[in-house]
Amino acid sequence: MSSALRNFILHILVLAVLVVLFFTVSEYHSGNLARIMVLAVYAMGYNLLFGYKGLLSLGHALFFASGMYGLGLAMEHLGTSAALAMLIGLVSAFVVSAVIGFLALRTSGVAFMIVTLMFAQAGYLTILLAGKYTRGDEGFGIPQADRAIAGIDLSQSDNRYFAALILFAVCFLFIGWLVQTRFGKTLVAIRENPERARMLGYDIQKHKLIAVIISGTLAGAAGAGYALLFGYAGATFATVQYSIYPLLWVLLGGAGTTIGPLIGTIFMTYLIDISSEYTSAYMLIAGLALILLTLFAPHGLAGVVRKKLLPWLP
Amino acid sequence: MAAINLLSTRGLSKNYAGLQAVHNVDFDLPEGQVRALIGPNGAGKTTFVGMLSGRIASSSGSVLFNNKDITQLPAHKRMSMGMAYTFQITSVFSKLNVHENVALAARRVVDGNNAAVNRRVSEVLEKVHLSDRHDQIAGDLSYGHQRLLEIGMGLAQTPRLFILDEPTQGLAESEIDDFIDLIAELSAQTTILLIEHNMDVVMRTAHYITVLNFGEVLDEGTPEEIRASESVQSAYLGKR
Repeated sequence: MSSALRNFILHILVLAVLVVLFFTVSEYHSGNLARIMVLAVYAMGYNLLFGYKGLLSLGHALFFASGMYGLGLAMEHLGTSAALAMLIGLVSAFVVSAVIGFLALRTSGVAFMIVTLMFAQAGYLTILLAGKYTRGDEGFGIPQADRAIAGIDLSQSDNRYFAALILFAVCFLFIGWLVQTRFGKTLVAIRENPERARMLGYDIQKHKLIAVIISGTLAGAAGAGYALLFGYAGATFATVQYSIYPLLWVLLGGAGTTIGPLIGTIFMTYLIDISSEYTSAYMLIAGLALILLTLFAPHGLAGVVRKKLLPWLP
Repeated sequence: MAAINLLSTRGLSKNYAGLQAVHNVDFDLPEGQVRALIGPNGAGKTTFVGMLSGRIASSSGSVLFNNKDITQLPAHKRMSMGMAYTFQITSVFSKLNVHENVALAARRVVDGNNAAVNRRVSEVLEKVHLSDRHDQIAGDLSYGHQRLLEIGMGLAQTPRLFILDEPTQGLAESEIDDFIDLIAELSAQTTILLIEHNMDVVMRTAHYITVLNFGEVLDEGTPEEIRASESVQSAYLGKR
């Protein structure tokens, strides 16, 4: 079996499991899963840059928020339809990531982390300053009646699950395809040995910029999807915390694997969900899990599977 | 020789905070030649070649490749114009397998589908005697094999100019003999610039030799001329 076919089958199987889960788990869990799938899109975008390209950004919340507010503000103030607003959200994230990428990629390593962090903070403060339109920290809800595409009410939980699944599936298959292309393989080569890649004639800066733009636009798709499906846009989503989350999800799940971001997002969400039933210090448990994983499985959960069982895992 | 110069430099210099690593070098490399660049340690060979490949920015002077002024071009553009470069210290993608290493080099020049790339990779690995190691992780190869792999990555780019920075460093005697055969075979298809310390390799492969000393061209000539040159002998062996 060719590796491309094998990878395609793996991706389809993952999606099939998500369909089956909807019919087998309780409404509470399917609600959780819908949220997880949207956030996993965010993690996948982050993973493209961090896992495949080796660039650590601490400012991805800005891209998530660009999508979220692109959609939210268009619906709130311009009264656009949900579908058009989704497109506006994507374009916002695309433009913001292109500009930030162009500026931040003049740096690398720790400086890149700091510069992206600063841009994201500036974005967060801008949202607060523009409180007249964004309602700052408090945020604003998107009326249930408007949250529909092609007459399908996305606030209704079944529809919401499948809308989240479709968003996830499109991005998941896209990433699965992308990492198999010349472009994806070149990203890995640049991560592994940038100087060698450059001396093979690859334009490193161009590849980095494209990776930031794709990564940022996926983050924006997640942000816009989140606002649309869960009916809320708020400045919390632009905070540092939301820049750190995708890093944690990807680290836990397995950086540089296509399935890692989903696994990491599920793991982290349920870890917090379950531990918070028992103690208010649930972040302590999350922190402990992170330390243990970093010590014993530094390549994340999917990384362990790849190392021990399935070396071909994409 | 009336051959066209593939590569030329005029007044090429590099200063490092007052230290002149390379000074005012005029250099012409005709198409199809195997040229060796030799000189004592610290003569400026790697700096000079770095300015040819674009890894190091020159302080003054110009570099012409295929009649185009490439002095201001970044390294990747020079490579895509038909140069290939192997590093003095072996530099492969050590976590990727042998096949993918060569494929990364081939993809940039081979148009078309994966099958065409795979064909090219197989041809190249055959040439550098690594065809039984497609799936091996490059970092697990022996040092000699990694060197061969890097040369293979250069070959896969079908370069017009192939720059090899001390390719035989650390190779065993038998591997060096294979390398000399490989250079002889390649010289029919491409122009080669070889930085080399091993005089046996230089004398057996080079058509023409340029000697650098203290960042300047000390002498140029055929292997026989260089062997007989007194100035070269004194630079290398100390004054007799």
